[in-house]
Amino acid sequence: MITVTLNNAVVEVEEGSTILDAARKSEVHIPTLCYLNLHDIGMVNQVGTCRVCVVEIDGRRNLAPACSTVVTEGMVIRTNTPRSIMARRKVVELLLSNHPKDCLVCERNRKCELQSLAADLNVRENKYEGRKRQTPIDDSSRSLIRNLDKCVLCRRCETMCNVVQTVGVYSTVHRGFETIMGAAYDMPMSETVCTFCGQCVSVCPTAALTQVSDMSHVWQAISDKEKVVIVQTAPAVRAALGEEFGLPPGERVTGKMVAALRRIGCDHVYDTDFAADLTIMEEANELIKRVTEGGPLPILTSCCPAWVKFIEHQFPELLDIPSSCKSPHEMFGAIAKTYLAKKLNVDPRKMVVVSIMPCVAKKYEAAREELAKDSLANVDYVLSTRELASMIREAGIRFVNLPDEDFDPIMGDSSGAGVIFGATGGVIEAAVRTAASWLTGENITDVDFTQLRGMKGLREATVKIGDLELKIGIASGLGNARTLLENIRDGKADYHAIEIMACPGGCVAGGGQPYYGNDREIIKKRAEAIYAEDKGKPVRLSHENEEIKKLYAEFLEKPGSHIAHELLHTEFSKRELV
Amino acid sequence: MLQTLQSADGSNDRPTDEFDYASLDRYIDSLTDKRGALIPVLHKAQSLFGYLPVEVQSHIALKLDIPSAKVFGVVTFYSFFTMKKKGEYKVDICLGTACFVRGAQKIADALCRELNIKVGEVSEDGLFSLDALRCVGACGLAPVVSVNGKVYGRVTEDDVKSIVEEQMVKDGERR
Repeated sequence: MITVTLNNAVVEVEEGSTILDAARKSEVHIPTLCYLNLHDIGMVNQVGTCRVCVVEIDGRRNLAPACSTVVTEGMVIRTNTPRSIMARRKVVELLLSNHPKDCLVCERNRKCELQSLAADLNVRENKYEGRKRQTPIDDSSRSLIRNLDKCVLCRRCETMCNVVQTVGVYSTVHRGFETIMGAAYDMPMSETVCTFCGQCVSVCPTAALTQVSDMSHVWQAISDKEKVVIVQTAPAVRAALGEEFGLPPGERVTGKMVAALRRIGCDHVYDTDFAADLTIMEEANELIKRVTEGGPLPILTSCCPAWVKFIEHQFPELLDIPSSCKSPHEMFGAIAKTYLAKKLNVDPRKMVVVSIMPCVAKKYEAAREELAKDSLANVDYVLSTRELASMIREAGIRFVNLPDEDFDPIMGDSSGAGVIFGATGGVIEAAVRTAASWLTGENITDVDFTQLRGMKGLREATVKIGDLELKIGIASGLGNARTLLENIRDGKADYHAIEIMACPGGCVAGGGQPYYGNDREIIKKRAEAIYAEDKGKPVRLSHENEEIKKLYAEFLEKPGSHIAHELLHTEFSKRELV
Repeated sequence: MLQTLQSADGSNDRPTDEFDYASLDRYIDSLTDKRGALIPVLHKAQSLFGYLPVEVQSHIALKLDIPSAKVFGVVTFYSFFTMKKKGEYKVDICLGTACFVRGAQKIADALCRELNIKVGEVSEDGLFSLDALRCVGACGLAPVVSVNGKVYGRVTEDDVKSIVEEQMVKDGERR
């Protein structure tokens, strides 16, 4: 242990700790900007570039960055001297000298770390009017917008993309004032290996990286009397939406969310969890077939569009192993524009299917050409959790005071298995519940496969079903997915089934979720909320969902049928690794 | 994408298979540790091909198993690396402090007139390119011009014509 003096108090910290660690341990606040430590997912951005966290150390001439200065025995540190406070303010004033400062109309207004910092540090004038960068806005993709004029070069996105996700889209390119966080050869995002997972958006402190917004399209569809707006909500949304309205993390707001969507003007409010149950019907069927009929194994879940794009770029030689199932919201769209359209007696061309997702990759996925039928896209628009919150605010709805309402019938009911899709390990647990029931010929009673749960990025577990020992691998975060895939490719792993989610922790930590800053506890609470919702459901097996049974009886015949294949399955194709 | 990185006259429009990677690959394979080898590999590639176009960078990225964004980042950071094809005779004029105070700018202007190109450009016939450098470490000889690595010291405006002609003659003999 090392003993230091921090603002006249004696603090003991472990060897190797930084001044910032010591400060946080003793409840002393030192402002930071570039620094971000989400160590449990390997996201440690400690580059010391912004100099916002400077402090005074006795006996040193220069101020030291607290985030990257390691403490030594007897160090005397002062964090709130006039000199360090003024230096921090100057740093922010200089950062603002080439910033657009259009905060009033900026997407991150009130949620921007630079803005908060300027407020906290009492920046009261635009002291330095510097040269402005004028980088064209990159809105080439369906998911992400890059406005590098707002970039503070903190390099968080680079650390997230290169170290955690191992995708490697970003690097600092060019030099001096021209330095930007760019892609290879200054390519637009749509041409890169970007998976659109949106984790860079989650960690960006400003509006340099934001999502593509589809809110205006949805408002337009709502106001169009000809259109029937069909909305569906992903499992992870209900576990996080409340945070946008000041509710504590982990508070489920399923009923209020449904009520809000009706008040916004959506004609029908359904649940993607219903489609998650449908996914399990098809995927468990495929799993059993591939396990009992000799492969190919392992079967990989295919619910996550970012992960699908990752394998298409990075491991094209393994493209025969993912399940051919579409992701749940795409399945929902396919069924909505056929089965549901008939049931509601609505022309599918007048239907507008809107998905509320914790994800920005789903926006890109919805535009994939193969996910359309008769030139009608399965899903028309995808809104993130953050966008839904914006629309609720826009509409003047007092969210916290809303009553709880239920989803509409036909495609609104779900089992607990459908709910847990929102957390890492949930999809495979849901599939195992149904596969085990089908293989043993009777519904399992102990449905909690806790060995499949947890927040560790890379896990493996065995599930015993009769004589069969099902070996399962689970990865969340694309770096962990890479490890898993390399092991499969090199013949070092003999899993039967694998679940991969691109975002560390699963969809609860998706790129479209409310910003969680540096607090991964929030992610854990969201996951707990998901499992709590599962526990409270009367039906916890996907194949026991009455609406699903009805869908097969009236329309899809049986899992893997010809019509099921036509509507619910898809294919993947090799992409360049530039 | 490649198109935008080529000179306007299209003289750099080389077909893909013209890059013979065999020698570069042998060099990369001979490295005991590929981590941290990017800069030496880029040096090698530029010495082989004369410049580092997109496809060469992508080849190196795949070969070293690093993101191409990283390669591009390094190439665009160091002024030594170039993504533009140079002339057969690469003329460099030093504009470092010592050369500059001894009139290097006038020499640069004279070279521009003689070669009929601007600094950073390639002549229409692809024979000459002209670049500005910062200090070649021969300040005692300032101002300094180098052609394909051969250094000419204490250059005057009058010398420029003969330096260029010397290369033209050599080129004529070679052909």
